[in-house]
Amino acid sequence: MLLIFLSSGLFLGWSLGANDAANIFGTAVGTKMIRFKTAAIICGIFVIIGAVIGGSGTTHTRGKLGAVNAIAGAFMVATAAGFTVFWMTKIKMPVSTSQAIVGAIVGWNFFTGSPTDYDSLSKIVSTWIFCPILAAIFSILLFMIVRLIINRCRIHLLTFDKYTRIGLIIVGAFGAYSLGANNIANVMGVFVPVAPFDDLNVGGLFIVSGTQQLFFLGGLAIAIGAYTYSRRVMETVGGNLLKLSPETALIVVLAQSLVLFVFSSQGLEHLLNSIGLPAFPLVPVSSSQAVVGAVIGIGIIKGIRGIKYHTLGEIAIGWITTPIVACIITYISLFFLQNVFNQQVSL
Amino acid sequence: MAILFKPTRQLESNIEEFLNSVSEGAIVFEQGVKCYVDNDMENFTAHIQKIDELENKADELRRQIESMLYTHTLIPEHRGDVLGLLENTDDVIDTMKETLNQFDIETPDIPHTLNKDFLDLTTVSVKSADTLVNAIRAFFVEARAVKDHLHKVYYYEKEADRIGNHLKRKVFQMNLDLCKKFHLRYFALHIQNVSDRAEGVADRLAIYTIKRTI
Repeated sequence: MLLIFLSSGLFLGWSLGANDAANIFGTAVGTKMIRFKTAAIICGIFVIIGAVIGGSGTTHTRGKLGAVNAIAGAFMVATAAGFTVFWMTKIKMPVSTSQAIVGAIVGWNFFTGSPTDYDSLSKIVSTWIFCPILAAIFSILLFMIVRLIINRCRIHLLTFDKYTRIGLIIVGAFGAYSLGANNIANVMGVFVPVAPFDDLNVGGLFIVSGTQQLFFLGGLAIAIGAYTYSRRVMETVGGNLLKLSPETALIVVLAQSLVLFVFSSQGLEHLLNSIGLPAFPLVPVSSSQAVVGAVIGIGIIKGIRGIKYHTLGEIAIGWITTPIVACIITYISLFFLQNVFNQQVSL
Repeated sequence: MAILFKPTRQLESNIEEFLNSVSEGAIVFEQGVKCYVDNDMENFTAHIQKIDELENKADELRRQIESMLYTHTLIPEHRGDVLGLLENTDDVIDTMKETLNQFDIETPDIPHTLNKDFLDLTTVSVKSADTLVNAIRAFFVEARAVKDHLHKVYYYEKEADRIGNHLKRKVFQMNLDLCKKFHLRYFALHIQNVSDRAEGVADRLAIYTIKRTI
């Protein structure tokens, strides 16, 4: 029974992998700089590492939004979010898993009459605006740095191509790590309060907590999603919003990874706090939004001419409709789960 | 890491060698025409042989470069441009080789009074080819510097047109058989063709350079 309930989270993880891996490696694969298999394997490994090692920070914020405290409720929240992502992807609407899960949790709160922590909600919603802006700022700064390096250093076209390739792999791995660390809360966050796993002592060397085991499973689902279903998305993602060259693709991925990292790194939070600076909230942000922000940043610095505004408009509509659709789907399906299938959706 | 960079280094050195062959070919072409005009037929034949070798070497290198670029899927963004660039640059050395061979086969009878004009035309045409090679080298390592060379290519091409027209006018004002006049004009056109080819490649290079700068 437990596995059936957990399968919804794994489905959501799978769809996140299929969708968001393309945000990280899409441009690299689309521009034929990295083979799909290489990208998928690197992505899978680092997503799992990120999820297990760095996933706890954002889960905390996600947990505060609404503690889905019955496994049947968690199942339906993840299913509704997963279905929203799957359906939006199917009708070719750009979609953010983060937004789908937030909408679904709020839907659960409405249905069960649980209070929504508006402080956490506003924190999360504000990142939906702040995250793409920050990604755009990062990509503009990185673009200026890269352009300066290219103009100052006499690097042969072929050597530069090699550096870009290596850069795409390293930055992609960093992006996958950050995606795992930041977005595992979307996939498995709702299951944390109801996680049935005990701490596992691995040969007396280290202890893997129940949450980490849960995150490992989620990470694995993301990795499988990336390996099995992201190829087509990766191969078409390149020129959707703005045609990117391999160099600008590297900048976009790095900017996006940095955004995911600053919103999930507890280490960075401690560091900023220790020197008296305000820290970034540890919130699961959308890699889709970050990548769109980063691409727009490139468009701005290159003179806006190449941006396809029609696509941009569609993306913006998707950002508004996703949480609403997920919220409605969750509400309706919880009603059926409770009244037709007699499952307890909250304690 | 060294293994990872091996095909890149090999390819860089092949491109460098290819450009060296074209540049050397230009020098050999100029000297070959000079030998013909000076009636130094022994050295002229040696230069024909030399330019044949250089052209074959350039062809071989170009094929190697093409195959390596595709086998190792290098520079996917600029691969088509680079291949187009090398193929068209190969046409420049082909034209020089063909022209020297035409001299050898048709042995045009150049009046002494036209020696200087033919040599001047050759020098300027060769300069356009040589400057083009410098522009291509810059394209690979310092794209911003390409335009510093391109304007010279265009200048030499125009200069070649000017000298060529002057030469042809002179030919047709001379008291020669019409067939001889045609023959000489034909050779002036052949030599001019080198700079025309160089100009064609320069036009392409200007576009590729815009694409290359991020």
